[in-house]
Amino acid sequence: MGACGCFLMRLRSASTSIESPGAVSGTGPSFTASLYRVVEHALDKPFGARANPLKQLGAIGFLLLWLLVASGVPLYIMFDTAAEGAYRSIESLDLLPWRLGSILRGLHRYATDAFVCVMGLHILREWMLGRFRHFRKWLWITGVPLVVLAFISAVGGFWLNWDRLGQYSAQTTAEWIDALPLLAMPLARNFLYPASLGDRLFTLFIFIHIGASLFLIFGLWFHIQRISRARVLPEWSLAACLSCTLILLCLVLPVHGQGPADLQIAPAALALDWWILFIHPLTVATSPAIAWGLVLCTLGLLLLLPFLPTRLRSPVAVVNPDNCSGCARCFDDCPYSAITMVPHPDRLDGLHLARVDAAACASCGICTGACPSSTPFRHDTILETGIDMPQAPIDSLRRQLRQGLEEMQDSRRLVVFSCNKGATLLSPATDILHFELICAGMLPPAFVEFAIRAGADGVLVSGCREGGCVFRLGQQWMAGRLVGMREPHLRSSVAQDRWLSVWADPGDEATLQDAIDVLRRRCDARIPVIAKEMMQ
Amino acid sequence: MSRTLNWIGQALLYGGFAVALGVFSRWPIYHPLASGMAQIKVSFIHHGLRVADCRPYTAEEQARMAPNMRKSMKCGRERSPVSIEVDIDGKLALRHVAPPSGLSHDGASAMYQRIDLPAGEHRIAVRINDNKAVAGFTAQREATVTLVPAQVMVIDFNPDKGGIVLL
Ligand code: HEM
Ligand code: SF4
Ligand code: SF4
Repeated sequence: MGACGCFLMRLRSASTSIESPGAVSGTGPSFTASLYRVVEHALDKPFGARANPLKQLGAIGFLLLWLLVASGVPLYIMFDTAAEGAYRSIESLDLLPWRLGSILRGLHRYATDAFVCVMGLHILREWMLGRFRHFRKWLWITGVPLVVLAFISAVGGFWLNWDRLGQYSAQTTAEWIDALPLLAMPLARNFLYPASLGDRLFTLFIFIHIGASLFLIFGLWFHIQRISRARVLPEWSLAACLSCTLILLCLVLPVHGQGPADLQIAPAALALDWWILFIHPLTVATSPAIAWGLVLCTLGLLLLLPFLPTRLRSPVAVVNPDNCSGCARCFDDCPYSAITMVPHPDRLDGLHLARVDAAACASCGICTGACPSSTPFRHDTILETGIDMPQAPIDSLRRQLRQGLEEMQDSRRLVVFSCNKGATLLSPATDILHFELICAGMLPPAFVEFAIRAGADGVLVSGCREGGCVFRLGQQWMAGRLVGMREPHLRSSVAQDRWLSVWADPGDEATLQDAIDVLRRRCDARIPVIAKEMMQ
Repeated sequence: MSRTLNWIGQALLYGGFAVALGVFSRWPIYHPLASGMAQIKVSFIHHGLRVADCRPYTAEEQARMAPNMRKSMKCGRERSPVSIEVDIDGKLALRHVAPPSGLSHDGASAMYQRIDLPAGEHRIAVRINDNKAVAGFTAQREATVTLVPAQVMVIDFNPDKGGIVLL
């Protein structure tokens, strides 16, 4: 019992004797993370936590990419791939019925702008939330080349129109590349005379635009390799509304060419697409060398970020072969594809065994929550499970739960299992036995029943808001397990009024407190009922 | 009520996003070239002359060569850099020395430079030297040109087309 008179059993705190020296104790959110959450929470209100676009920026990126492919294929079919006819073929899109041309052309342009914007927000989000280290290193590093490919493809797209904007962009890009001491012959010479712009150069433009897009798609496949069940399509409502918004934008503000390119006339006033072509004014305002420096420094910094000195990494999950039946539930539930199933080394009956890839493991404990061997109802003196977290073994959770409930003297005994990445329990009380978990998904759901059987009047499980789980899937899996939608599930025989779940992020402390009060009221309403039953 | 507010909130956010996309994909208008200005692009790809003339191999040199590799003339590969000067209205506007490309300095010299200048009549003088053995210039041209706003004039060097080209 703590000095304040409450039980606070932080499974990951230094006071827990089973903690290993390398463990990281619960860390509060950083300033940037708190700042970011203010914005994300603001959008939770109108969209709902699940459909909040800020929580699925990667998925929106994919949606935009599919919109680009869908609008790009017909555009390419109608496109004249020669320098002479390119502009005319794009302008003749206006002749298509039902303003289809405007939609195709506009969608291709605005989806590109949106893609660049969403990609920027995605990077900003992961950076502000500190999600670029350790097991996310691969994700972050594979993301950086995608930025380069996205810009190469997007800028190259403007050249294909071969209007004045395309002319200006192609020429300025050539001059910018010429500033590097790479090529013996200046690229910009290709834009001296109309005759020097051959169809071969135009084929190169097409190759750059389409080639970079294909590399981007390939790179994305690498990017999400280490993520299981990566979200590659946003909530359908969001996907539908976003697509309609873009189509509406194409009709209200159609994209037009800015007059055919003419190499003998320098474009003097351009409606520039600042989302993508900002690099040209930047080069002019500074110098080609400074612009190269800025671009390379930004990319270098992005690549360096995951290697900056940081906190010690938490111990990763450990498999106990004697308690692993090879059921592969941990494999199914692991959010970072850190588990593979391999043939059991000691068994000849074809049994498999889970194996953890330490570099990919997020130390989230979701696998422990998924393992059937984690059930606290086993009779063994020491609860050894198939896959466990050395810094917070499941046996210690059971032991402390039993002991804590025995020692509690309050007439009302509540057990709170809270995720230490979510809202913090601010006001401990004598009727609360509190356990902080690495992730809500770490809790084997049978612990709820176990706690009730061991004397708890009510159990609260709390974790991050929907869609906001630090370990991607912990909240989703736990919510599913509690209502019997996912294995291992909480038995339906457990009275519904004895337990409650609440999904609250840091900053939502009041929500957590409210849930505890609800549980208290439920218990208080029930205790007299039980007393009456006993009297009868 | 709160449902309606959420719908309105969503509509505003989608609308805001669309406005941001639509507006910044065309505004503010960018002026790469100030009004009333024209442009001159000075550029060439040209092989400078070889630095050393060809000379016959001496008998000694011939003797040192494998019999099947014997040649009569020794030609150095290195080429002269090509230098250019451009005066606009009597003032030096550009001076550049383009070294020969390639590891053995035997490739073409190339350069590209853009000069913005007010439209109107200008006296242009171009001087080129492609042989460092010659002091001064190996080609010169002077002309008066009238440039309209936004016109691009090219100054090139191509001995096949009569040397310095103003186009
Ligand atoms: C080209 C556009 C990009 C797209 C379409 C994209 C897409 C995605 C997707 C679908 C996910 C998985 C989200 C999930 O299911 O939880 C993801 C995760 C991630 N991305 Fe990207 N990505 C892009 C660029 C980048 C870039 C440039 C970076 C950083 C430099 C980056 C860093 C990350 C990180 C760190 C995660 C892991 C998030 C987590 O573990 O919770 N991404 N991305
Ligand atoms: S701790 Fe998390 S990331 Fe590591 S193996 Fe278990 S579920 Fe996968
Ligand atoms: S969930 Fe447990 S028993 Fe099943 S494969 Fe994973 S470690 Fe083994």
